[in-house]
Amino acid sequence: MRLWMIVLALCLPFAAMAGEAKPMAKDPVLEQRMIALSENLRCLVCQNESLAGSHAELAEDLRQEIREQLHAGKTNEQVIEYLTERYGDFVLYKPPVKPITWLLWFGPFALLIGAMGGLYSYIKRRGNRLVDEPLSEEEKKRVAALIGNNGNKS
Amino acid sequence: MKRFLIPLGIFVVLAGFLFAGLKLNPREVPSPLIGKPAPDFKLALLSDPAKQLSPADLRGKVWLFNVWASWCASCRQEHDLLLDLSRHGVVLIYGMDYKDQPGDAQAVLDRFGNPYVETVVDPDGRAGINYGVYGVPETYLIDKNGIIRYKHTGPLTGEVLEKKILPLVKELQQ
Amino acid sequence: MIPELGHFSLILALLLALVQGTLPLVGAARNIPAWVSVAKPAARAQFLFVAIAFGCLAYSFLTNDFSVVNVTRNSHSRLPEVYRFTATWGSHEGSMLLWTVTLALWTLAVTQFSRHLTDDMVARVVGVMGLVSFGLLLFLLVTSNPFLRMPMAMDGSDLNPLLQDPGMVVHPPILYMGYVGFSVAFAFAIAALLSGKLDASWARWSRPWTTAAWAFLTIGIMMGSWWAYYELGWGGWWFWDPVENASLMPWLVGTALIHSLAVTEKRGSFKAWTVFLAIGAFSLSLLGTFLVRSGVLSSVHAFATDPTRGLFILIFLVVVIGGSLLLFALRASHVGLGGRFALVSRESFLMVNNILLLTATGAVLLGTLYPLFLDALGLGKISVGPPYFNSVFVPLVTPLIFLSGIGPLARWKQVNVPELAHRLKWGFGGSVLVALLLPFTMGEWKPMVSLGCLLSLWIAVTVAISVRGRMRTGAGWSANFYGMHLAHLGVAVTVIGVTMVSTYQTERNVRMEVGDTVTVKGYTFRFDGAEDMEGPNYRGARGTLEVSRDGKPVSILRPEKRIYTASGMPFTESAIDYGFTRDLYTALGESLDGGAWSVRLFHKPFVVWIWIGSVLMALGGFLAITDRRYRASRKKGRAEA
Repeated sequence: MRLWMIVLALCLPFAAMAGEAKPMAKDPVLEQRMIALSENLRCLVCQNESLAGSHAELAEDLRQEIREQLHAGKTNEQVIEYLTERYGDFVLYKPPVKPITWLLWFGPFALLIGAMGGLYSYIKRRGNRLVDEPLSEEEKKRVAALIGNNGNKS
Repeated sequence: MKRFLIPLGIFVVLAGFLFAGLKLNPREVPSPLIGKPAPDFKLALLSDPAKQLSPADLRGKVWLFNVWASWCASCRQEHDLLLDLSRHGVVLIYGMDYKDQPGDAQAVLDRFGNPYVETVVDPDGRAGINYGVYGVPETYLIDKNGIIRYKHTGPLTGEVLEKKILPLVKELQQ
Repeated sequence: MIPELGHFSLILALLLALVQGTLPLVGAARNIPAWVSVAKPAARAQFLFVAIAFGCLAYSFLTNDFSVVNVTRNSHSRLPEVYRFTATWGSHEGSMLLWTVTLALWTLAVTQFSRHLTDDMVARVVGVMGLVSFGLLLFLLVTSNPFLRMPMAMDGSDLNPLLQDPGMVVHPPILYMGYVGFSVAFAFAIAALLSGKLDASWARWSRPWTTAAWAFLTIGIMMGSWWAYYELGWGGWWFWDPVENASLMPWLVGTALIHSLAVTEKRGSFKAWTVFLAIGAFSLSLLGTFLVRSGVLSSVHAFATDPTRGLFILIFLVVVIGGSLLLFALRASHVGLGGRFALVSRESFLMVNNILLLTATGAVLLGTLYPLFLDALGLGKISVGPPYFNSVFVPLVTPLIFLSGIGPLARWKQVNVPELAHRLKWGFGGSVLVALLLPFTMGEWKPMVSLGCLLSLWIAVTVAISVRGRMRTGAGWSANFYGMHLAHLGVAVTVIGVTMVSTYQTERNVRMEVGDTVTVKGYTFRFDGAEDMEGPNYRGARGTLEVSRDGKPVSILRPEKRIYTASGMPFTESAIDYGFTRDLYTALGESLDGGAWSVRLFHKPFVVWIWIGSVLMALGGFLAITDRRYRASRKKGRAEA
């Protein structure tokens, strides 16, 4: 038992020497910010990859640029502005809300509200229309059923 | 029963856009710098690293700014066009050697000819980022007041030169 | 010789498709029994010849026939045999042929399982499918001939390394089974419009077909997502890439269609709407095919593009979709209204479900095409990516999932609101309580996690209430009923996976020397170095990471970094220890000095639940098809025949 302890004690420094792997980034907190930011930016060379995920050289350079700017104390907004000044809105995976993107941002919700309203008035109107001739509808169904049976037999 | 026509209407509009889309290139990124002053830099010359050039030195001139590199294969495609252009002296051409070894770049110019008045060296691509370079070669047309007037991404073609760049050069030189 | 045989078969198939697409349709319209009876044999013969063509192409790939352009461009003599076979559909031409084979296969299935249908109906359905097939075959032969020859090449330029993966053996065929399977529902809808017989029996006929296609599409998308997860090396599982969106849109509309068919079959309502969705689901499948192949959008996965092909498919789209929608506009107004229902009823719930699904589809379509719209109008170039889709999709899907808990418990015609509220109040209260507390067990409370848990629990609880309710009434086995609930449970499981992995994932990007360790969420990874390795058509390095937890070994992971010899493409092959509650994901980055490597490590809680849930959804679909209702009518039909 004691021997084990000694062995263990001897091993410990070695274990420490092999050691914890170091993060690739010098400043992991800043790196997190950089990744979070660049995940929403589009790589220009490779297309349809984010700046964070791309292996292209330009992406590498731009990540470095972002790192340095963040390190220099710039805010996320300033970095994004820096990039859009040079590459335009094309780099933004989240398009800014402007008049030309209103349809994009609000279209789906306008569609939803419109469709819900349409459904409401449709059900109301439909109910009224059906009230007028409830019997004929019954009949129609019976007729439909008969036709269906005939269809199967022929 | 007009409401049953709505899907068809939407589809027709969609098809129209798709048809237009066939002629567009989704990979081309237009530069937001057009109409804006050419970003400043102060970079060493390829011919003489002791000397530096900055866009301010070219005030009063209309010039083409061509970003290239020795490792860029498609830059060779436009090389002859650039040589032709400089031989005829239509417009001044300045080059930027982007993320390259100066020795390699000089070797390319020695072997294929040098269309550039001067080439500046941008070893780490910083000036390139300021110009929004995302794929070499890229060519900018800059007017007498230092404003970027046109940008072409990819190798220049005779058609682009004839139809877009040269008429604009003529207009700007007046 | 073999490639020519394939080419010739394609031409014969084209002619047969023309026969299949004209005579039966005219025959059914003009009442000419002889022409109507052409439908089945023509469809079967067409399948035979398309299958022969496909076999010939596969043969050319397997035998390394580098005189065929397609083989040279997409294969290599050192490529393992399995991938030489899958390379058959690895290119644009080959995958179009797979499309056509799949369509012919579905048509064949219709001819086999249609004994309960009238001859006229079969003729119309098969005829419509024949016309679609004719267009595709013409497209293949005119612009994308997979059998094109050229002088013998020495060797091929290899299959894209991304496609050299076991997942690619099954993913494309299953995905296409889904995409193309919607053609059956489409053909039924068109046939119904042509004949003017839009009754409930029409819905009952096309329901199992639609559900089958939907289930295949679910599995296909699930496999694509899983493949992206382990193959792209980023650990992501959905990127909102245009190609992914192209498969998601028909799935969403298909989901809406399944639900709307239920109303049409049971209550006779929403007939025109259901027909519209059937046209819509297949139209979006075709649109997806166009988007991926025309080059109008840039995507990681897109095929080599060619404007001529784009133009051809666009014309095809205009004819098929435009023609169908025109027919819809002309005929749909004559459709009856169906049964009565109140404002609060299962019918209206299902309609709200449809609206939400269609709005979600609209959002995906808008986001995918918006850059194109602006560019075409000269308003500049923008990108629409994951942040947009996530922020629009989540608010649309949340009420949808919530509703899927209530829907199955709601009565047809009219819901007794107080009674329903009484049945659900404990379940709802319990779900809210547990959902609020559950995130604490993960260490950190987050509102999105509570929301995700709430949705999942809500579905689970309502499914339990519904099943218990059915058991109490003593009703027997119903494949349809249990299939639906299984699929809904699948949604719950997927939601848990999505919520957990997007909130609690841990990522480390470290530099590891031999013997270095790193601990992520209690798991210790020790790097035992990387050794050079040689594969059949690649070389590279394979790292060894020993994973342990509290000193006990968990797993040994061997992520690889490969360079494919023919193309020179570098490639990251991740290594994953799968687990029910967490995945450990490792990928090699770059080789650094002194035998060290940069290594990316992820701890991904509950990530497999995303795909388990999708499998449950698909199984639910397949289970529902076995319902006696569909079989009974089939048996009856057979007995009478």
